[in-house]
Amino acid sequence: MNWGSLSAFIEMGGYGGYVWGSFGVTAVCFVLEAAAVAARRRSLLRERRELD
Amino acid sequence: MIMTDIRWFKYSSPQTFYPLAGTLAPWFSAAAALLAIAGLYISFFMAPTDFQQGEAYRIIFIHVPAAWMSMFLYLVMAVWAAIGLAWNTRLSSMMACAIAPTGAIMTFIALWTGALWGKPMWGAWWVWDARLTSELILLFLYLGFMFLHAAIDDPRRADRAAAVIAIVGAINVPIIYFSVKWWNTLHQGASVSLMRSPSMAATMLLGMLVMALAFWMYSIAVILMRVRCVIIERERHADWIKAPGALE
Repeated sequence: MNWGSLSAFIEMGGYGGYVWGSFGVTAVCFVLEAAAVAARRRSLLRERRELD
Repeated sequence: MIMTDIRWFKYSSPQTFYPLAGTLAPWFSAAAALLAIAGLYISFFMAPTDFQQGEAYRIIFIHVPAAWMSMFLYLVMAVWAAIGLAWNTRLSSMMACAIAPTGAIMTFIALWTGALWGKPMWGAWWVWDARLTSELILLFLYLGFMFLHAAIDDPRRADRAAAVIAIVGAINVPIIYFSVKWWNTLHQGASVSLMRSPSMAATMLLGMLVMALAFWMYSIAVILMRVRCVIIERERHADWIKAPGALE
């Protein structure tokens, strides 16, 4: 275990902004990408239903 | 005999690939989630602090997998685009279209995390060296592929035009990969290579490989989901797609 406390974990030895900025933006990218694909599918299925 | 018995091309049509992609995607998503949890655990709780870079080095656990994926996805996209160009196979071109956005996102993540690592380590968010510049060109190639495809109304013509970008741009991938050898760059050399044993601690290597697998599984899952959308969009006038339950 590397971290004595939660605040040490967040601080990342003084590099917290860089480390969490990297992991955070990466997570946001993946979540937004998956959500965009899901929304695209929903709208295509809706369009299909309206055609039927 | 066996070659003819197995229907190798059964899944090469959009109609048969659509349900297969739908069946496979949740499994790849689940694998991605499990591997990401394991990879994050190793990245933050098992891998020790680096004696030179402190905790900032933990950025490589996403930086390196994203950079690998950005290059690999480009090659896969170029191969599908080339097959579509050469044999006029619809599904191959659809696969190329489905890969491009994920490849662009991986490239962006590699550049973004590289900047956030470079600032504390090099003292600069960005430098115009060979590795960084060629990776930025990769982002423009992905965007060029997507925008050109979107700009041409006839999808089959768009496939052919965009395929040319994809194929010509593939030359950039070895340039990125070998840039740290060919030019005197600020970017460090490869930490992991097929030719020699890795120059890093085993736990760090394990974390990077598990994260790379998670990125793999995520990419496959989201590309399969996206290619299903592309198939619906481009096959909307086909008979099979109008059948009840065809889009399940």
